[in-house]
Amino acid sequence: MAGKAQAGGAKSRFKQDEKRRDSDHVSFLKHRGFRWLWIALGLSLATIAGYLLIDQQPRPNGGTWYGYTLGTIGFGLIIWLSLLGVRKRRITTGAWSLKAWTSAHVYLGLSLVVIGTLHTGFQIGWNVHTLAYVLMLLVIATGIYGVIVYATLPQSLSANRKAMTRAQMLDALTAIDRQLESAAQPLARAEADLVIAALGQDVFGGGALARLTGSYPDCATARACTGISRGSEAETRVVALLEKRSEQLAQIRGALRIRAALEVWLFVHIPLTIALIAALTAHVISVFYYW
Amino acid sequence: MSHVLLEKTDHLSDTIYKYQKGKHVMATPSNLVLRSDIDFEAGKRETILGIWDEQIEGHKVNVKYMAEAKAIRGTGDPIPGSVQQIVSRARDGTKNVTELQRHAPPYAIELTSGEVVMAENVVLAIGTQGNPNLMRCPGADLPHVQYQLDDPTEYVDEHIIIVGTGDAGIENARGLAEDPAQRNTVSILNRGTEFPTAKDANVKALMADHEAGKLTIRTESETKSIEPGFITLATRDGELRIPCDRIIARIGSAPPRAFVEGCGIEFSSEDRSAFPKLSPVFESTAPGIFVIGALAGYPLIKHCMNQGHDVIEFIGGNTSLKPADEPIIAAKFAGLPGNRSTEEWLEFLRANVSILNGMNPLQMREFMLDSEARFYGPGEVIFERNAPGSSLFGIASGSVAVEVNPADPSITIPIEAGSIFGEVGLISGRRRGATIRAAEDTVVVEISRLAALKLQSQVPSAKKAIERISIERQLLQMFGSGLKREDVAPLVEAAQVQEKRAGEVIVQEGADDKDVYIVRRGSMIVEKQIGDRPVFLSYLPAGSYFGEMAAIDGSARTASVKAAIKSEVIRLPGEGFLALLDSNPALREKAMRDMANRRATTAFIESRKDEFAGAVDLYSQTAQFLVDNGIGEATDVLLIDEKLCIGCDNCEKACADSHDGLSRLDREAGKTYAHLHVPTSCRHCEHPHCMADCPPNAIKRGPDGEVFIDDTCIGCGNCQRNCPYGVIRMDAKPPKKPSLLEWMLLGKGPGPGEASYAWRKKAAEKEGGQKAKQAIKCDMCSGIDGGPACVRACPTGAAIRVSPDKFLTFTKLAEETQ
Ligand SMILES: Cc1cc2nc3c(=O)[nH]c(=O)nc-3n(C[C@H](O)[C@H](O)[C@H](O)COP(=O)(O)OP(=O)(O)OC[C@H]3O[C@@H](n4cnc5c(N)ncnc54)[C@H](O)[C@@H]3O)c2cc1C
Ligand code: HEM
Ligand code: SF4
Ligand code: SF4
Repeated sequence: MAGKAQAGGAKSRFKQDEKRRDSDHVSFLKHRGFRWLWIALGLSLATIAGYLLIDQQPRPNGGTWYGYTLGTIGFGLIIWLSLLGVRKRRITTGAWSLKAWTSAHVYLGLSLVVIGTLHTGFQIGWNVHTLAYVLMLLVIATGIYGVIVYATLPQSLSANRKAMTRAQMLDALTAIDRQLESAAQPLARAEADLVIAALGQDVFGGGALARLTGSYPDCATARACTGISRGSEAETRVVALLEKRSEQLAQIRGALRIRAALEVWLFVHIPLTIALIAALTAHVISVFYYW
Repeated sequence: MSHVLLEKTDHLSDTIYKYQKGKHVMATPSNLVLRSDIDFEAGKRETILGIWDEQIEGHKVNVKYMAEAKAIRGTGDPIPGSVQQIVSRARDGTKNVTELQRHAPPYAIELTSGEVVMAENVVLAIGTQGNPNLMRCPGADLPHVQYQLDDPTEYVDEHIIIVGTGDAGIENARGLAEDPAQRNTVSILNRGTEFPTAKDANVKALMADHEAGKLTIRTESETKSIEPGFITLATRDGELRIPCDRIIARIGSAPPRAFVEGCGIEFSSEDRSAFPKLSPVFESTAPGIFVIGALAGYPLIKHCMNQGHDVIEFIGGNTSLKPADEPIIAAKFAGLPGNRSTEEWLEFLRANVSILNGMNPLQMREFMLDSEARFYGPGEVIFERNAPGSSLFGIASGSVAVEVNPADPSITIPIEAGSIFGEVGLISGRRRGATIRAAEDTVVVEISRLAALKLQSQVPSAKKAIERISIERQLLQMFGSGLKREDVAPLVEAAQVQEKRAGEVIVQEGADDKDVYIVRRGSMIVEKQIGDRPVFLSYLPAGSYFGEMAAIDGSARTASVKAAIKSEVIRLPGEGFLALLDSNPALREKAMRDMANRRATTAFIESRKDEFAGAVDLYSQTAQFLVDNGIGEATDVLLIDEKLCIGCDNCEKACADSHDGLSRLDREAGKTYAHLHVPTSCRHCEHPHCMADCPPNAIKRGPDGEVFIDDTCIGCGNCQRNCPYGVIRMDAKPPKKPSLLEWMLLGKGPGPGEASYAWRKKAAEKEGGQKAKQAIKCDMCSGIDGGPACVRACPTGAAIRVSPDKFLTFTKLAEETQ
């Protein structure tokens, strides 16, 4: 069975696999020697050239045939860009890669600044058309932030975690806490309360702002550290443990901060995308309705 | 029939009794009929044991519990010429041979209680568990010293000492200390300071628990004496008496081999994995003693039960009984031309394939269970170049043609009937080196790697023959260009196969030996001392050769070569190699070219070292790090570039979504060096450790080189223990999730990726209970067009899958990715 199956099956994926094993080990930005950057640049330059060369009557705006062309390209692009959310989650078969999609998404998304702007013909006003335009620019702006954090933060995420998993970080904290609990037994009431407060505080508390900035002014562990003198042996031991706890907390908070920075923009990028599609639909309908 | 069933414990089937509570026991192979009068079908451990107890009683089996056999001796006359050689090996490797004169039946079975039972025939079905090694210090016989831990949650508020730092001891210690609510004070004793017998992952977890204060590791400590409530330890700093309510000793177990040999039963070889020599009716070399079950080499319950049935029939005089696997073996020959009976086919293969000549009919049957017989017409492809495959082929009739030149299929070398092919894949675990076609009507037997290993341990002459042929073929294939068997014959004669430990140096820089080596299995690292540090030059996979420079130009060794993993090399004397070059100008040219290439690599890296010392060090250390993490034996491994990874875990989600809803990779876990991370995920080893001990042989290598586990997995967990990289998990296949669309639009279900344990459990209960736990691991997205989902689903390009020979190079490792 295996022998004959082997002979037939071997060819099927071997070439594909060999190519992958020889993989181009580069980021989505550099993907295929910046292929999508060049395509996007070409597209932008072509539309600019068209805008300058084609005589649009009565004046350049969305209503001329060239305006319609730009509008259609822009609309198509926006719909395609939005589909990244689906592509990311639908793990179908076939030789696609999300890295290539992201690469194309970023560069083609940027080219929308040119295409969209030319489509408006620089006519801005207080209406649904301009709303769609502004929303698009906002989506793109958040996208640019996203690319910047994707390019710069992973290294610090990696350095911060020191090959520890999130579960291991929490386990390490629990272990320190257990030691603190018994070490704090001989302390006086006031100092013991400081330790209890430190142990009782929720690691994930502190709110969104603390998480994003990594600064926790209400940190009970920090307060306990400074609040307990190093008089007795027991106190010295507790403070040492509290310092260890602070370090462990710092690692966890560092991880939370970096991950928050890597994700927060998507909470704007995605809802704005939905708003943009709504505004875009309104824009398209109104254009055809009032034609 | 007058009989007694001796059982050393107070219950039947101790191995099954010791399974985890509620374990789903599987009845593989499904195509084998059950002959035994006792029922057995897949089900819960408790149900099966219950049925057996009931039926054993119903069949009026005379069971004697708590009766452990200690020795079995014939009480008749000495059997002339029947002397058993027993080789025992001391720890330091010295051998000791004792001789045992066999005596005829009846047999006296001496029990540990001192009682003696007399029997005409004895059936040994004692499994392979053996006895746990016992503690020997004073007090070791106290009741709170135990050798097993069934349920760690059973104990609370106790001072518990674990003795032994193998995997079992570590797992027990961690289990007992896991839940602080149990308030156990757990210590584990280590005679030394290292943990040589435990898995790396276990040791790390243990260290972490120790550091976290969950338990205490006491190094350089041994038990001195035990008394109720206390234990006295001998430590480096003197004696120490500490409270202790329970001692769990996990100091290994002695396999039953010594006991079995003492009965006069000979094993097929000195190999630790060898089984007793048996006749077609399971009779051992001691007349009247029969061996069945796991001890006989059949670890599946159904086989065990059928053999129990058959052996009693044989003893009762039923000689015409056909073995229960007859239909399975008959099916293997069904498609072949020639109208032979099963026996005739077995004999045909045995007589015609030279390496099978030394087998007996029972061995042939067992062998055939793991092998296939096939017929090929002229021109039909048997396997293709670059196809994966570790099986060996024997030609029973006809002949085959090897396409030695991939560019020109018309150039072939014949291999005649009786000989073998495919041995390179068997030995190195690498892909097939050439396409092979049948030259005429040909019958071959394809011998699975497992069967081939068994064969080599059972029949020493087969082992020698395979070795010789493999060396010859390796030489022919490697140096190619028109060499003939006669050309390499002297070199084959002088060649020597040597085993090398991981890290062992084979060629030392600066030395002036002149031998040439071929990597037969495993892989090598080439290093050169530049300045004050060794610098990694290159990685040599199986099938490459090294050491030729010194032989050709007579210089001292210019670099060191050491084994990256446990390897085998073929050593060729330098003069022999030179003689071959001298008689073969084309070969000489090729060797010179290879040598120039290697020189260029060295020169390139050396020049870099002057300008970019940092980059070269980084490259060198990264390469070493990867080798330390198993890349040296990998064929296809997932790496994460943490300069690009945003931690979105889309790779894990994609894995779960393309494989029954369970992820086979743990991205965060694993080691990292210089931002290159080796996640916990299968490396698809050349010689997979996980395959070593799988009762139903459920672990196989697939058509794309992937190591995968098929549905016949019985969930025993052996592979999980055997994989050194901790990549196998045991879990139940969860029910299907609602579709992506339903989740996006209606918020139904847990969304993309692996659902939480709670969700899986609830959903499974709705469908009538969880499925059986089976071993799951990466299958390299086998059969999925487009290839591994983890790589395809990574948005940034952080996740890559590579093979060591392509990735462990300067250009790849020093590449600027951002
Ligand atoms: C965790 C695990 C899961 C498994 N799951 C499955 C599965 O799902 N399906 C499957 O088919 N196989 C499974 N197996 C394999 C299977 O359980 C064993 O191979 C099988 O039980 C072996 O049967 P046996 O009769 O040869 O030996 P055993 O079952 O080991 O029986 C030997 C008996 O002999 C007794 N004994 C030993 N020495 C002496 C002595 N000197 N004197 C008297 N009595 C003695 C022992 O106490 C024991 O009761 C699993 C194995 C393991 C470890
Ligand atoms: C109008 C234009 C755009 C639309 C409609 C759009 C829409 C989207 C959507 C729907 C997603 C999927 C998010 C998710 O499901 O996780 C996404 C992701 C993303 N977008 Fe955009 N986007 C646009 C422009 C841009 C631009 C200009 C950039 C960069 C310069 C950008 C960068 C990204 C990045 C980096 C991601 C994350 C990819 C990932 O992590 O999988 N986007 N975008
Ligand atoms: S998919 Fe890529 S970026 Fe996301 S976690 Fe996996 S490796 Fe990192
Ligand atoms: S499961 Fe482990 S031993 Fe088996 S191939 Fe994968 S990494 Fe190697």
